[in-house]
Amino acid sequence: MNSPLARPLASEMGPPGSPTPSTLSPAHRAAATTVRSLRPEPSAGGDPAPVAAPAVKVDIRNVNFFYGQAQALRDISLALYDRRVTAFIGPSGCGKSTLLRILNRIYELYPGQVATGEVLVDGENILAPGLDLNRLRAKIGMVFQKPTPFPMSIYDNITFGIRLYEKLPKAELDDRVESALRRAALWGEVKDKLRQSGLGLSGGQQQRLCIARAIAIEPEILLLDEPASALDPISTQRIEELIAELKTDYCIALVTHNMQQAARSSDYTAFLYLGELIEFDETERIFTHPKVRRTEDYITGRFG
Amino acid sequence: MQLYTRRRLTHWLVMVLSVVATAFGLLWLVLVLSTLVINGVGAIGPSLFTQMTPPPGSSGGLLNAIAGSLAMTAIATLVGTPTGILAGTYLAEYARGNWFGEVVRFVNDILLSAPSIIIGLFVYEVMVIRMGHFSAWAGAMALAIIVIPVVVRTTEDMLRLVPGALREAAAALGAPKWKVIVMIAYRAAIQGMLTGVLLAVARISGETAPLLFTVLNNQFWSTNLNAPMANLPVVIFQFAMSPYADWQSLAWGGALLITAAILLLNITARMLAAWSSFKP
Repeated sequence: MNSPLARPLASEMGPPGSPTPSTLSPAHRAAATTVRSLRPEPSAGGDPAPVAAPAVKVDIRNVNFFYGQAQALRDISLALYDRRVTAFIGPSGCGKSTLLRILNRIYELYPGQVATGEVLVDGENILAPGLDLNRLRAKIGMVFQKPTPFPMSIYDNITFGIRLYEKLPKAELDDRVESALRRAALWGEVKDKLRQSGLGLSGGQQQRLCIARAIAIEPEILLLDEPASALDPISTQRIEELIAELKTDYCIALVTHNMQQAARSSDYTAFLYLGELIEFDETERIFTHPKVRRTEDYITGRFG
Repeated sequence: MQLYTRRRLTHWLVMVLSVVATAFGLLWLVLVLSTLVINGVGAIGPSLFTQMTPPPGSSGGLLNAIAGSLAMTAIATLVGTPTGILAGTYLAEYARGNWFGEVVRFVNDILLSAPSIIIGLFVYEVMVIRMGHFSAWAGAMALAIIVIPVVVRTTEDMLRLVPGALREAAAALGAPKWKVIVMIAYRAAIQGMLTGVLLAVARISGETAPLLFTVLNNQFWSTNLNAPMANLPVVIFQFAMSPYADWQSLAWGGALLITAAILLLNITARMLAAWSSFKP
């Protein structure tokens, strides 16, 4: 659906605001749309206050993905903005998790999985061969659908990632653990049992531990793969509050099955269907004025 | 209603058959163990652990055989465990879906079920004949060859039980593969792996056939690993076949001792498997 030749790249787009030619794909339209705060503070005149355009952090260009012979993603192009939450939605098997797993190349743990195209993170193509995958992954945090605490103490769970790349004195390590747990809204619940196993926590606590672990290495991008789908409503709410708080510092990609969650938590939404990007726009627009019929059908629950 | 009645009848029939089959299996186990205890308990005493194997007609114990068995089992475990764990790690972490891994796994499974007498003959051929004499080294190697496939198998199985999500989570933090294996996968699988090692030790502590061809036996105390050495299974074999009542009694005592040791190892293995190393 995208024509790679005719399109300006998201990262090359000037400040948005210019009229959008209708020939461009949804991704470009989104990039060119005037970006406003989604929950604008009412200004004196009652108009939404314009906010400076966010910077493109991750630029996904014409990405295809293959599980062996089967193509799971077709020519995906979209941009993730810094300090914004981008939700990937779509029915099961549409490729939203696959797209997320490309961004830190975690798919390469398994043979036979191949991505083509370009993914520029701060201008560097991370799909290029010869890239140091471990360094890349240390820069990009990931949280999975099911909580994955390591079989070690809460403290060691957090320091595992830090110790991989930094040699810190004990006191500094303690500080990092505390601040990561505080940011993940878990500190109060675990501060007296840091030496106990991470496996002893509840599901929601385990997931927040995983988020703390991911942000303890001070990544620039956070990938959340249905982080709340295995949790109860209270824990889900805490995770969503956490996402809202974390986006002040990170570029966040959020895969979710839960459309209310996408609507509540994200600034941008990409709707994928059968491996193709159907629509990408500000979340508010996707949920109020989707341009594509299929998007509307999906978000209104007519299929999926 | 007729269908329901028929299902109930089938249920009871299968239930009764299952119980009978279980009882049949347990019966022989109980018979074997009780015979062993009845005949062996009389031979258990301080002298069993303090005196050497005697010539016929005089009193003695099994000290040299116990020591020899412990020594050879220890060496076999020390050789077989690291080899087995490394090979099992290779199979589980590096060779998934590749043909070489499939071949290794297949060969390992054959080795796992190879008759131990064949392993004894093999070591006889490559070590005993070349060295010109029986030795404890040869016995330990034969036992190590039995340990390896057991440990390979349990290590691989246990590592495969570690959820892929845990590996992904560690890799997503930027951990290189070897760190993911050593710090995450081993840690998650350690109990199962230790259980496998203990079961391997239990297995070799009763093996007789490979020792007959490799270490033979020694009536006296010996610490020379380069010479024949006494060991429990072969002593039991010889003493039980002998016409002398006091030797036969010692054989019963040795058999009870080995059985008790294996039972203990199995219980330890069970407890290890159930024990969570990270209880709060």
